[in-house]
Amino acid sequence: MMDYDRILSEKCKEIKPSGIRKFFDIANSMEGVISLGVGEPDFATPWSIRSKAIDTLQKGKTVYTANAGLLELRVAISKYLERKYNLKYDPKEDIIITVGGSEAIDLCIRAVVDPGDEVLVVEPSFVCYKPIVDLMHGVPVVIETKPEDNFKLTAEALREKITDKTKLLILPFPNNPTGAILTRPELEAIAEVLRGTNILVLTDEIYSELTYQGKHVSIAEIDGMQERTLYVNGFSKAFAMTGWRLGYVAGPQPLVSQMLKIHQYAIMCSPTVSQYAAIEALENCDKDVQAMVREYDMRRRYIVNAFNELGLDCFEPGGAFYVFPCIKSTGLTSQQFCEDLLYKHKVAVVPGDAFGNCGEGYIRVSYAYSLQHLKTAVEYIGEYLDDLKKNNG
Amino acid sequence: MDNILKLLKQNARLSNKEIASMTGLTEEAVAAKIKEYESSGVIKGYSAILDDDLADKDNVTCFIAVKVTPTAEFGFDAIAKKILSYKEVESLTLMSGAFDLAVTISGTNYKEIALFVAQRLSTIEGVVSTSTHFFLKRYKDKGFMINADDKDERSFVSP
Repeated sequence: MMDYDRILSEKCKEIKPSGIRKFFDIANSMEGVISLGVGEPDFATPWSIRSKAIDTLQKGKTVYTANAGLLELRVAISKYLERKYNLKYDPKEDIIITVGGSEAIDLCIRAVVDPGDEVLVVEPSFVCYKPIVDLMHGVPVVIETKPEDNFKLTAEALREKITDKTKLLILPFPNNPTGAILTRPELEAIAEVLRGTNILVLTDEIYSELTYQGKHVSIAEIDGMQERTLYVNGFSKAFAMTGWRLGYVAGPQPLVSQMLKIHQYAIMCSPTVSQYAAIEALENCDKDVQAMVREYDMRRRYIVNAFNELGLDCFEPGGAFYVFPCIKSTGLTSQQFCEDLLYKHKVAVVPGDAFGNCGEGYIRVSYAYSLQHLKTAVEYIGEYLDDLKKNNG
Repeated sequence: MDNILKLLKQNARLSNKEIASMTGLTEEAVAAKIKEYESSGVIKGYSAILDDDLADKDNVTCFIAVKVTPTAEFGFDAIAKKILSYKEVESLTLMSGAFDLAVTISGTNYKEIALFVAQRLSTIEGVVSTSTHFFLKRYKDKGFMINADDKDERSFVSP
């Protein structure tokens, strides 16, 4: 008989399954669950993008593209980055089209981390950074953001964690799960710490288009930062294209050319139909994005207000489509709260500690749902909180 | 369109407080604005969107394309005024194209509607012809799914 335990690598076995998995399994086994748990838009991809994909299929454009992706799309991305942030990237040398933002993150980490290298991971944050660093035998060093800072990374917190082994800072703003954003002055302060070091920044700006308090600023825009930044973005959140699996990374040519080798051997190239459709997204869909942002913004205001009225403190997030209310007043842990709420009132939310230990005491609530759906869910959560109070009192 | 109107079109039962939180206005400002819309006639009323088949089994609705010949003293508006005075008429719209007036009518059975068309509608001076089309199945109404599958394909929980 095969001994699979001896077959599997120690590194792979050490990886913890995502904290979200358990809730997915419970919710999936129940009838009539109202979910506020998803991390993807509720809108369908704008029609003109879908139409471009259909056209691409009809014309039979179904072969591999260049490893780095369609040049036409890379040109569109470089124009987009110039238009948005006044950043100049050479489409031929500095950009790789990836399978979602996820592959771009994986590429960046794999290309730079050697065993023992320290990687600064800001938490709470998206679940993939630490496991990939672990796979590379790197050392993830967590920087916890705090509610009193509105979950922003501060220059002081960053400075404290830098050692001579620090190679990379992963900067995930606008943030999943907190919705926190960084403003230009805040980015300036972070840049001030990094300039003059040899530390690279991996900035995951997948939610850049979904900001509600002024225009999004990229760390790469800040003086002296472009040369020390790998910029990751994608089409999933801004253009409601999660299932198309398309993202990209832009950065200094000496890094990108090495990353291309990994991409070439692991992936070959990103999905061709998605790439053609993405050109349409970048060139002609500003209005569609604006309409979605307006809709998210109204829901955001509604849900922040609703949670505060329920007595669960909730700071007003400036980006993404999540709120991160505090449930400490209930006396329950995040896991207990979420399990209880799911079993008793059939509402699925994600425990904050799934995004890092410092997320304990919080829950992630997605507002990528219709207003009607949000209202119903808020009503159920209110009933649950009333029950809790009765049982405790 | 104003955000308050957009929100009310989606859900007329939102409270002023909820609308205030979503638009960033004060509750008083929302109340004043809605009052203004009501008195100036921008907002005509509030009604529920029903699945008529479930709400009332004995309900038949039809759409009637009406062609008319307006004359100098008896124009479109005058003919329309006559038609809309019948309580059976739910909506009435002047159209461009192959016919002139689009009328929707509800009744309890096909015969009732047929009689209405024959006795009331066709006999109005200026009405040249009518063409009656019965609703068989409603899929979507005012942006709401009626008999259409609008299932959320997303999984319950994702990172």
